Amino acid sequence: MEQLTQDFLRTKKLPHIWCPGCGNGIVTAALVRAIERTGYDQKDVVIVSGIGCSSRAAGYLNFNTLHTTHGRALAFATGLKMARPELKLFVIMGDGDCSAIGGNHFIHSARRNIDLNAIIVNNHIYGMTGGQHSPLTPTGKKATTAPRGTLERPFDLLELARGAGATFGAKGNAAQPRQLEQLIIRAANHKGFSVIEALSPCPIAYGRRNKLGGAVDMLRDMKEKSISVERAANMDEEELEDRTINGVLYSIDAPEFAEAYYHSIGKDIG
Amino acid sequence: MGNRQEILLTGAGGQGLILASIVMAAAAVNDNKNVVQTQSYGPEARGGASMAGVIIDVDTIEYPKVTKPTVLLCMNQTSFNKYLPKVEPACIIIADSTYVSGSYSKDYKVLSFPITRSAKEGLGREVVANMLALGVINAASGLINREIFRASIFEMAPKGSGELNQQAFDLGYRLYEKGSGQNIGASSQTPQ
Amino acid sequence: MPETKPVLMQGNEACAVGAIAAGVRFYAGYPITPSTEVAEQMAAKLPEIGGVFIQMEDEIASMAAVIGASIGGMRTLTATSGPGFSLKQENLGYAIMAEIPCVVVNVQRMGPSTGVPTAPAQGDVMQARWGTHGDHPIIVFTPASVYESYYLTIAAVNLSQKLRQPVIVLLDEVIGHMREKVTIPEGKLMVEKSSDKVPSDWKPYDEKGLTPLVPFGFGHYYHVTGLFHDQYGFPTGDPPQVERALDRLHEKLEKYRDEIVLTNYIGHKEPRVAIVTYGCTVRSARSVVKKAYWQNRLPVGLLSLQTVWPFPAKEIEALAKQADVIIVPEMNRGQLVGEVERYACGEAKVVPLNRYDGEMINPDQISEEVGRWL
Repeated sequence: MEQLTQDFLRTKKLPHIWCPGCGNGIVTAALVRAIERTGYDQKDVVIVSGIGCSSRAAGYLNFNTLHTTHGRALAFATGLKMARPELKLFVIMGDGDCSAIGGNHFIHSARRNIDLNAIIVNNHIYGMTGGQHSPLTPTGKKATTAPRGTLERPFDLLELARGAGATFGAKGNAAQPRQLEQLIIRAANHKGFSVIEALSPCPIAYGRRNKLGGAVDMLRDMKEKSISVERAANMDEEELEDRTINGVLYSIDAPEFAEAYYHSIGKDIG
Repeated sequence: MGNRQEILLTGAGGQGLILASIVMAAAAVNDNKNVVQTQSYGPEARGGASMAGVIIDVDTIEYPKVTKPTVLLCMNQTSFNKYLPKVEPACIIIADSTYVSGSYSKDYKVLSFPITRSAKEGLGREVVANMLALGVINAASGLINREIFRASIFEMAPKGSGELNQQAFDLGYRLYEKGSGQNIGASSQTPQ
Repeated sequence: MPETKPVLMQGNEACAVGAIAAGVRFYAGYPITPSTEVAEQMAAKLPEIGGVFIQMEDEIASMAAVIGASIGGMRTLTATSGPGFSLKQENLGYAIMAEIPCVVVNVQRMGPSTGVPTAPAQGDVMQARWGTHGDHPIIVFTPASVYESYYLTIAAVNLSQKLRQPVIVLLDEVIGHMREKVTIPEGKLMVEKSSDKVPSDWKPYDEKGLTPLVPFGFGHYYHVTGLFHDQYGFPTGDPPQVERALDRLHEKLEKYRDEIVLTNYIGHKEPRVAIVTYGCTVRSARSVVKKAYWQNRLPVGLLSLQTVWPFPAKEIEALAKQADVIIVPEMNRGQLVGEVERYACGEAKVVPLNRYDGEMINPDQISEEVGRWL
């Protein structure tokens, strides 16, 4: 593996706070490599995050970094993007952060189609508070607040986003970091609200309780279940049962909000 | 504080009373007077009863609410019935006889004019009844310099309707000068 | 300064006009009575001057968006009323902690809850002080006229920038909705400009004192968080650092206290009966004092508070030494009166005068209470 760009890391802030086996580091590294590949000027990149384990990534990245309140990252990012449309914003959220407390901001960011890159690190659980179920916890899976398995149904996050108006949706995972990196690059190059759902193992708060094995087992499982959009296109429902479709699920051309706003007041944001 | 004049405009939502109060207040500003304008808000202001107050004084106006109206305009029966008993006999009471009729206490002197009907028949536009009412009020009370008031109406009217609104204001003056109608004559009864 | 001709203006409009005069170019909000006119004015005016108006999905998002835009270097404002003010508290605390300037306008209405949306009240005085969690400092202005709505909004924007501290403009329905004659210097920018130069040893949260906010996007790669943080913005849970950081937040207000705390006294030099009040209630109190003192030379005075937080403690201490009785009229069941009592230190008898039926306290009520103690 090549060396990560040290310029984009706050190496003095390491080691990170994440547990052994956590996928957050892999997702963060994929993000850093993707940003490097986009060729963006470091000063134009902003990392915004919410509250939760994955949101701590902002503190380790050497950009202007904004660690906001729980669920509100996209709302902060919307204000910043509207004030400074030339900036490139990557918004890191956890599954609970984005889809429970932040659900309203998520659908409205999608509706506006504002040019933000939302990266949802989905470990199916509230990790930082010790393992409570989230709106992305699969039905039947156990959590401290669902000791007998949750009865609730999970969101299909990318379909939720599409229904709300998002114009780019992609799914990747921590077991396939190269692909994830490529997806982030494509999201960055897409003008509009881009959603990347990155599956990530939480062996401590989710895997252990649900007997999914250690980090290596969880990653292996993630990789085995993953199937590309292209391959999935030729498979029937039965074959797709229990598989995760990876890749760009949709990429739609539609007016972007910040540009439309500035255009409406006679300003060109380039 | 004997200079404090309190004008209460009452009627139904949609009669343009809020706008009339704002125009009147702006005219008072242009006439170099101190002025405060308030109005009723809420769901009731979007359909039912409408009420707006204008206070004009040469001194600084502190308490902004109308408490002792010196001029009361009633543009419908409900407001007439509601507000008449609340004012003092010295108050100038102006009623739109298009909508207001019936008896009231003989303690009051009510000036009655067919405000809405005149707007409709005289100018073909019922919508300017509010400016016509301002003409009647100002003719009866002399609160604001007439020419300044006219100019303010023009200034604040939607584009292209300045003259029409001024005509309505002038017609109000003429109605007043012709004298109060007698169609809601004095009686000893207070309306219920 | 050349004064332009007087105009008729609404309190909420004056707030928007003041904000724009003070350089506000970003507004995010959510519609709510009786504050909506502020948003409507901003929606009309900001696009004309290259600014940003955005109606967000809720009040939480509005507050967040305002903070985000401030970090981008814009001067920002959001306006709301009671229920919306409750929702803003979460990110208001963030702005205090992260020291992001912004102005929050709360046009008070009758609560609790949905209450009487169109009726005036002064029930949010304590919420403005303590609404967001944690032991935070706050600045709260209470305009008593349309002109004060204008100039206190300007003061709020400039102080907010200077101290990197959110400032609340606590209007009430009476002042927000009433129109009156004002003379506003037209087109004049009332911006106190901060230095454009970033010192070479710039730290976003310099221990030494006030330091300008360098917006994102200029190559200063600092971290902004609602966690307790060090001088560079990075999280810390180290007890001495945490304590120091909280002290720092409070000390910046204490240091500039005399610039922040605005009060005005009229009446007898050695009053026997003094009135202390704020917001629209000042108007009723002033008409009483004008009559009692200016006309009848009675030993009556009025201390009106344009700033309620930080609380004008030393002004109250001084007043209590003069007056026998301090009457505190408020459109609530008694909020600021407790604070007055605390700083009167038993030197004067403190008497609450409350009204909470959705109507203004009128001069007769105050006059009657004053008469009782003369």
